[in-house]
Amino acid sequence: MEPLVCIKRVPNTGARAVLTEDNQSIDTSNLGYTLSPHEECGIEEAVQLVEEHGGESTALTLGPPGADEQLQTAIAMGVDEAVRLDSEESDMRPSRVADAIATAIEEREADYDVLIFGNEAADSQNYQVGVRVADALGLPCVTGIKELSVEDGTAVAEREIPGGAERYELDLPAVITVKEGLNEPRYPSMRARMQASKTEIATVEAAGEGVEGFEKVELVVPEEEASETEILGESPDAAPDVVEVLEELEVL
Amino acid sequence: MVLAIVDADDGEVPDETRQALTLARDVADQVGESLEAVAFGEVEAAAPTLGSYGVDTVHAIEHDALDSYAPRAWAESVSQVADAADPDAVVAPGGDRGPEVLAHVAAKRDLPMVAECVEVTADGTYEITRQRWGGTLLERSRLTAETKLLTVAPNEVSAEEAAGEATVRSVTPDLAEADLEVQLADVEMSDEEGVPLGEARVVIGGGRGTDGDFEAIEELAEKIPNAAVGSSRAVVNEGWRPHDDQIGQTGNKISPEIYVPCGISGAVQHMVGCKGAEHILAVNTDPEAAIIEKSDWAVIGDLHEVVPAVVEAIEDHE
Repeated sequence: MEPLVCIKRVPNTGARAVLTEDNQSIDTSNLGYTLSPHEECGIEEAVQLVEEHGGESTALTLGPPGADEQLQTAIAMGVDEAVRLDSEESDMRPSRVADAIATAIEEREADYDVLIFGNEAADSQNYQVGVRVADALGLPCVTGIKELSVEDGTAVAEREIPGGAERYELDLPAVITVKEGLNEPRYPSMRARMQASKTEIATVEAAGEGVEGFEKVELVVPEEEASETEILGESPDAAPDVVEVLEELEVL
Repeated sequence: MVLAIVDADDGEVPDETRQALTLARDVADQVGESLEAVAFGEVEAAAPTLGSYGVDTVHAIEHDALDSYAPRAWAESVSQVADAADPDAVVAPGGDRGPEVLAHVAAKRDLPMVAECVEVTADGTYEITRQRWGGTLLERSRLTAETKLLTVAPNEVSAEEAAGEATVRSVTPDLAEADLEVQLADVEMSDEEGVPLGEARVVIGGGRGTDGDFEAIEELAEKIPNAAVGSSRAVVNEGWRPHDDQIGQTGNKISPEIYVPCGISGAVQHMVGCKGAEHILAVNTDPEAAIIEKSDWAVIGDLHEVVPAVVEAIEDHE
């Protein structure tokens, strides 16, 4: 089993996003970075697939040298190999990201069985990189998966719907895009983190062109609706007031 | 012409599709063209509803091999209708299937796709406002591609009917075996009891402040009809509650009459999951917590004392 998981480094935004002066990106001067949540589950799934079936897992990202940190987290979680497609461009258009990833996969000549992507990145939410890579490589693909098992060259993947789940079967190799809730990602030990932080990450120049005809103009922080907060009390004595609110709303 | 993708699985037109039809009709009006739909499923049954959203022509996809959802086959069908009709834009609903199908169309036709749109000003080029970070940030962008591919952010555009009647014409697409390789195999409904979070009228939420103890919160939810228990992402990460209970950007989106977050600080990613709530009543020890200013009412206090007192007050009330 040779799973590949593609991950994205995103800023760890606090209570409210602050933009840079040119409104082109989030001001990250006071922020750390983290993994996009769906992809953290993608890493865990890749590690579990290898634990169950043997083989080696690979994590791949596209980004600046700082994104090595997220690949090192993947290694600390148990991924065997990591590669970064080097690019300083922030907000690269999704068709170009997909082109770069598909090109890198072809050049690596590895026989990946399961190519895992996040369903959508937490920051840009473009919902398309995994599908575009599948199309470029001519692989079967299913998105939004919250349950995955692999047996005898077939992936059984489930997608949540209200009150139940849809089931899909795909011949491997296949592209699966996943959502948080797929599994419970492990917390790597401090020792594993320390070791991983010393691992050198292989880098390759990000290739690919993508398609034209779309450009970001600027980011905008939406105005929040100001709401007056009525403090009902500062102790359990406020309980009757809470009940009164529930009564007024006719929910009791 | 503007072409909307419609999933009429069982003859019903889902809410997200109605929202997408509303945005698509707005774009069609701006460019002075008609609104048409490419529809899958029980199209005849859905046609009157589609007409009421301003669709004039429905291209009903019929194919012997297409008895259940197949993302590439749907994309190929949309693409063939687009080839014949040359639409200015193709609009898909948000959710799972809409973006999946349209991303395949985008890849197949070498076009950009713009996801999570909330507003479009169309005048030759499209000036688009779309959501990022679950809606905590907006992006203004410009789309100049020959065919504009858009998906609509769920529950951001309010569905509005117009008058009209739709003519249905059936289309049999030319599908290759590869288009049908991935197809929905079956659907399993869960037999879990209780009110689903997304449909509850009252949601009681628990955060890190619970220290993992949800007993009082569950008791409170049991006392209130149509109530469900939810949680923050921190709680799920601690392993105190399953991911199914999570409210937020990567969890459930709730829309109750009232949401009662207890011991939840109110991170932006949590707030995008509960922005559909009509009212918020927060219980928190910290008067400076972000959740307090986003609430209509608040009790400043320890949830371990306040929640049992509320349970008792409801009992007294009965």
